[in-house]
Order: sequence, then structure tokens, then C-alpha cells
Amino acid sequence: MATQTEDFLGITDYKVVGSSPVRHDGVDKVTGRAIYGTDLNLPDMLFAKVLRSPHAHARVKSIDTSKAEALPGVKAIVTGADLVESAEDEMADLGEEIVRIKDLTAAVLAHEKVLYHGYPVAAVAASNIHIAEEALDLITVDYEVLPHVLDVREAMKDGAPLVHEDQKTKSLGEQTDKVSNISSHFRTELGDIKQGFEDADIIVEREFNTEMVHQGYIEPQNATAHWNADGVITVWCSNQGAFGVRDQLAKILAVPVSKIKVIPLEIGGGFGGKIKAYLEPIAAVLSKKTGHPVKMIMTRTEVLQATGPTSGSWVRVKMGATHEGKLVAAECELVYESGAFAGSPVGAGARNMLVPYDIPNAVVDGYDVTVNKPSTSAYRAPGTTNAVFAAEVVVDELAEKLNMDPIDFRLRNSAKEGTRRADGPLNKRIGHVECLEAVKASEHYNSKLEGKNVGRGVASGFWGNGGGVSSASASVNADGTINLVEGSTDIGGTRTSIAMQMAEVLGISVEDIRPQVGDTDSVGYTGVTGGSRTTFATGWAAYKCAQDIKEQMSARAAIMWEISEDDIEFDEAVFQSKSDPSKSITFKEMAGKLDSTGGPVMGRATVKPSGAGGAFAIVLVDVEVDEETGKVEILRASIFQDVGKAIYPPYVEGQMQGGVAQGIGWALNEEYVYDENGVLRNSSLLDYRMPTCLDLPMIETHIIEVPNPGHPYGVRGVGEVPICPPPAAVASAIYRAVGVRIDDLPMSPGRVLESMWSENGAAK
Amino acid sequence: MAKKVHVTTTINGEEREFLCEPRQTLLEVLRDDLDLTGTKEGCSNGNCGACSVLLGGKVVDSCLVMAVETEGQDIETIEGVASPEGLHPLQQKFLEHAALQCGICTPGFIVAAKALLEKEPNPSEERIRLYLAGNLCRCTGYDKIVRAVQDAAAVMSKA
Repeated sequence: MATQTEDFLGITDYKVVGSSPVRHDGVDKVTGRAIYGTDLNLPDMLFAKVLRSPHAHARVKSIDTSKAEALPGVKAIVTGADLVESAEDEMADLGEEIVRIKDLTAAVLAHEKVLYHGYPVAAVAASNIHIAEEALDLITVDYEVLPHVLDVREAMKDGAPLVHEDQKTKSLGEQTDKVSNISSHFRTELGDIKQGFEDADIIVEREFNTEMVHQGYIEPQNATAHWNADGVITVWCSNQGAFGVRDQLAKILAVPVSKIKVIPLEIGGGFGGKIKAYLEPIAAVLSKKTGHPVKMIMTRTEVLQATGPTSGSWVRVKMGATHEGKLVAAECELVYESGAFAGSPVGAGARNMLVPYDIPNAVVDGYDVTVNKPSTSAYRAPGTTNAVFAAEVVVDELAEKLNMDPIDFRLRNSAKEGTRRADGPLNKRIGHVECLEAVKASEHYNSKLEGKNVGRGVASGFWGNGGGVSSASASVNADGTINLVEGSTDIGGTRTSIAMQMAEVLGISVEDIRPQVGDTDSVGYTGVTGGSRTTFATGWAAYKCAQDIKEQMSARAAIMWEISEDDIEFDEAVFQSKSDPSKSITFKEMAGKLDSTGGPVMGRATVKPSGAGGAFAIVLVDVEVDEETGKVEILRASIFQDVGKAIYPPYVEGQMQGGVAQGIGWALNEEYVYDENGVLRNSSLLDYRMPTCLDLPMIETHIIEVPNPGHPYGVRGVGEVPICPPPAAVASAIYRAVGVRIDDLPMSPGRVLESMWSENGAAK
Repeated sequence: MAKKVHVTTTINGEEREFLCEPRQTLLEVLRDDLDLTGTKEGCSNGNCGACSVLLGGKVVDSCLVMAVETEGQDIETIEGVASPEGLHPLQQKFLEHAALQCGICTPGFIVAAKALLEKEPNPSEERIRLYLAGNLCRCTGYDKIVRAVQDAAAVMSKA
């Protein structure tokens, strides 16, 4: 067994943790008062727009901006020539995705080539947005159109058009001389795969295709920047990490981090897609050229063409089991599009896909492949939904062939504490069995599903969750309230889930804490809001910060009573002398005595916890398939998830429901549609079809709490794993409904009909 | 550039005059010229509902209305939903039910739901889902939004 820190305190009578207060930023958000990135308007501000490539792959021979510059109201124009081309070949970790530093710069504005339809080529700052848009039409770009490649398996072939003429494959850890669109190939191996398949009585093998899908946040990317005459750059934006933006800007603009201040405004969704700095560097350079603050907002078309998405993929899964229902072998091959630059989430997909199971023999091969599509970004459990879809459909078919209930089959093979994962590590305390048992005991699972063309499907999913660095500081007010400053962008209630952990320590109410998200000059370094790490890690920082406050206040009580600090205990928000219980003072009263005992008290904490506990979710769906149209209706959906400890239950449920909704959209409707020229044909929210409230039923949540030993309150990240199971659960439900197994996403009406026709002959 | 046009409207019960270019949408004028930034921009082509406002009592996507068309019209935005006495029941129920995560779609949902409840005080779940199908939320899966509207309807019917 691997050693692990037992940080879990084992508290059972929480006061604040597990309650449902109204979030601190709630009133601002229901009244329209909250200030999001695009709501900021500064005096003397200019507006800028980006000219984008109409081609999937082309060499930029020349750019003529003279006519645009002559348009009244145009203040400045920038192209790739205005950015310092970085030569840094090493990879940088942006928190939930990894990029090559030189690619970071090249992705901002084209240098020599454009690599996808929508690639940024030039940008215009003007006195208003309409003039900036008019000016774009006056810029002439001379392109030499190059052959492009869109399909991930075509891109792997020798002779395929090369997205990067100098990209060489890194294979099994070795840098090769092979020039290819395959940027890397890796493999994990456990046991003896050959023996494993020899031991198997039943083997199922399938191939799966998925298309690129977008995070679909409702607020478009935006940024406002001011490059002051003293060289200090201030950036206002709605990004998942202010420090991440600062780091990227420092690299792209070649400016020290101390000269950059990033002020996080409210953010309208991210899901991983708002980690990269797309507009911030352009706005900064335009501000430097003009001396004015410059504001930029993407259109929805730009968002879909040139931000996000996550990888389309080809995945092959072969699994074997014995007649007794024991999984004995798994062989998986994952081929992921990374878009225009290396760095797809194939690694995470490969690591996570088999974790629910104890499989003694497993080989997983992963390929990261560049194609002429947008550079992929993290999307909720990056890379894992594609892989889980494939693995879980195969698991479902094995159970069927063994005449086993799909939950019993999973219970028979479930990973537990101490079993070895296919990618190497031993499992710590995990909750997959508990989730399976909860499904089995549920009313939904035991309910009868009757009618024509209806079916029920189930699938498991796993996401490893992140740790990372977080900081918090807090000042105690004389009335016993606290102003808390923490570094995590709040995308969905984390100010409150973080403050609740501080309140729990101090025995005060969460309403007595005023949490705010600090800018990069006012709070310690904090990683991005991603990897389901915020309530876990920044919550821990708040917990530790509260301990610091408690110790300092205890010392003040000791001064006041002229006794030793060791003689003081703190319980139920009261400081008390152990030797003389008559000496007793509440936290709030003590806060009023800080001035007379030495001055204000501030707490501070930074953390870098390593004990992030992985999370499992199981999704159960009932569907009805319309045999005339192929449309799939979700009749009922339930999610069972191990959350460790639900600090802020209504928002834990919200994460579970939101993840399921995105997973259902991925399963049924969402996909990038490129034509033969590599032009994205569905770059609107009408044609990129995300679920509306008419497409979904209520989503029933079952919170299961198997505490994470690596957190004081047992927290596991909850945000990401719920997106993983739905596509496989829906595919299995469709199979139960109409007898066809569909291995490609999305399972749109046309695809469902085609599958039914090819299985059952012509249309009825 | 075309000359600016003088427009007089009523916004949240108060007469408001503004000058706008004929190409400016109501959304742009609300946000950039009148500083009413509670109305959000999500797609600017009528597909997401984040910019929902009431025009003459009807829900519209303000990105699809030209500002010059609003001459003499009555406009209600999210800023007009709460009163000095406190939050509207819908706002209160959105908070109680945790019916928002990032909050960017929330003003649009509240404006649209308010229009629904003013016309139909006791809508069914199906009716709520149909009425709000023009408003996209990517965070919540809609469950808590629908429940908040149902609960607000129940409270408002009793009042």
C-alpha cells in the first residue's frame, strides 16, 4: 500500500459544513448588479476586433492594412509581427492543460501560417466596435492556401498534409526524428495482456468515433487591457485563473510578472475553456500602441471557431472476461485531435478510463495528433468522456453477453482501496462500490420501465481531481466578522464553499465572513479554477487561514488574561482558560479587544495539497426512441456520485446536474461540423445544438459521501466527473430500447435512424 | 456614418432619451450607452436568451431589436425587477434553490419567467420548460431553475 497522509479529521457534527446558506454573491447575480468581464467600461476606452482566417490551412504571404488604417476612427492595427516570437520549446502547465510556450505566442496572432478556419490574423482598435468591424473588411491578406487535414486517423498517415513542418513525434518517452502530425505516443501496461486475453472466455471489441464539442459557456471570451506609460499592464477579464493569465501574458509579451496586474471580474462559465489567454495579449499590445484602455469581446461565431473545443477522437477498446464474470484483460487505443497545436487531453482519458475496475492485465496506447482545427482546450474532465464512453459501452456489452445485471457485473469487478489501477497507482479510499450499491438500492433502478422503444442504460465514470496551489488571507473586524480574500475565480458558488470551511473552524456563521476573489496584486498565488480543485484546495487554504486566526486570537486572550497560550483552548467559538474556566470569551468579543491587545489580526495561508481524492459517478438514464424520426427523448435521469463530503450541498447537486446535462448534449446533439474545405459550418448556438430545458427532465441527484482521507473535511472535487458517464449510459439505453449499439457521437436523430435501418433492414 | 437618431422610451418605469446609430441594437444601447449592464450578451443572434428584456410586456431578445425601433415603447430590464422593498419572489427563489451557478444567464431567465408568471400564474412544469426553452443555461441542467420558477409561482399565487 502506498503511504498517504491522513488529513481527514473525522468530524461528524458539522455546524456550517453541509448547510445551505444563500451564496454571498447571490443578490448581485439575480439583480444584474454583478460585474462580469464585458460589463466594464473605462474612460477613453477603445474597442478592438480580430480578423480571422477563412482558410483551414494557408501561408500568410502578406497583410496590407493601409486602407483600414485610413478609416476615420481606427487607432491601431496589430499583426503577428507585433508580438515577439517565442523560441521556447518547453511545455508549460496552465493548470488543467499543457501547452508548448512557443505555441502560446503563435496562437495569439498568425506569424507565417494559419492553421484552422478562424485563426487570428490581425486586430484593429477603433473608437467604437462598428468602426473596428468595418476596418476588418478593409484589411487585405494574401494567402497561399495549403492542403489541410481534418480527420484524426488520416492525419496520422505518412504523406498527410503536415500542420507543422517541424513537428517530430515523441514516442514512448523518446524524441524521434519522425516528422508527423502525431506529436506524441505513450503507453501504459499492467500485467500480461496476452495471457489476459487467453484467460478470457468472452471478448468484446469496438471502435468509437467522437467529434469535437465545445464547452458552451454562455459568456463569450472578453478582455480589457491598459498598458500604462510606466510599463505596468492592467488586465480585466473573466478567466478561470487570474494568475494563469498573468503567467501567459508574461511569456507572450516578454514582461516580468511584477509589471502585470490581472483583475478577475465575474465569469460567465468556463468548464475548462477559459484558461487560455486568447484576447488579453492582443488587447495589451493594442493598448501599448494607442495609450488607451482597449476592450475586446468575441462574437459567438468567434467563440465556436477559435476557442475551446475539446478533442474529437477515435478510440478502440477490447475487453475480455471469464464466464464467471471476472474482467481479465483490457486493450485500449486512444487517438485524440489536439487541433492546431500539440496538447490534447488524451493522457487524462487514458489514465481515467479503466479506473472503476480491477483489471489485472491492461494496455493503453494514446496518440496526440494535430489537425487543421482549433487548438483544443480543457473541457470538464478533459479527455475522459470520450474514453469512458468507449470503455463503458464495452463493459455493458460484456455484462449483456454474460447475462449479468450491469450493476452486478460492475460490482463483481469494481476497484477498491488497495487495488492497482491500469495506469500504475494503487487506489486509496474510493467510493465506486458505494455508488454501485446506491444505484442498486434506488427506486429508479428498481422501477419498471414499460412501453415500446424505451430502454434503460447505466454507466460509471471516474475523474482523478486536482490539488494545486491556493492562497487565502483574512482580516478580523472589531465586530467579529471577517473579510476573506482568496485567489480562486468563482464560477459557481465557491466563494461560499470556501468561506464555509473557514466558518467551521472558527465556529462563526458563514454570513459573518465576507469572501472576495482577489486580484494578482492582492492575494497569494492561486492556480486556476479547474480540475475540480477549488473547494478542495482553496477551501483548505481558508481552513488553514482560520487556524492561523484562531492561534493569533488565542495569543491575544493570553495577553489579556496574563496566562500562558498553552492554557487556552478554543471550542464552540469560545476561548477559555483550561486552568481557570471562569476566564472565557467568545470569538466575537475577543475580536473587539484586538486593539487593546496589540492591534489588528490577519490570517494567511498557502497550501499545495497532494491528497486530492478521485471521484466516481454513475449515471442511470431511461430513454424513448422515436422510430419515425430517430429522436431520443430522455425520460428520466439519475446520478449517484461520491463527493467525499458535500460542503455546500445545493451547489454540489448543481455540479452533478450540470455535468449530466452537458454529457447528454454530447451524447445526443453536439458536434463540430466541418465541410470539405475545413470551414466550420455550425458556428452558432442554433446550429451547435446544446440542450434547452425542454430537452431534459429533472435530474435526480444521489450524494454519496466516502470521505477523502487527504482533506480535513474529506472533500473530493465534484465538478468534472458527472459529464463522463452520460454518453455511454444513453448509448446503452438506446440499445435496450431499439436493439442497436451506436458507437459514434453524437447519437443524433439521423444517426440513430441510420443505425436502426442498417440493423433492421429498410425503414418501417 | 449615418446620423444618430433621437429615441424616447420608458425603461423600468422612467422616461429615458438617448441618441443611437441606426445600426445599434437595443442590447448595445442598454449596455454601452445607458449603463444597464444587467442584460447580458451571449450570442447576439437570438439563440441564447441572455439578453431577454420585456418590450411592451413581451419577452424579446434585445440583440434582435434595433434601438431605433423602441421609440415610444415600454422596456423592462433585470434592473427593474427588484423594488426598493426587496427582491422579486423569482429572485428570492433563484437564490433559495441555488438556481444559478455562473449567473450569466440568470437575468434573462428571471425576466422571461416573470413574463410567464404575469400571464400564467400556475404553469405546469412542461409549460415552464416550453416557455423558457429560448434561454440557454450551460451550468445547471435547468432542474433548479424550473423548481425555482415553480416555487415562485406558488408563493406569488398565495400573496
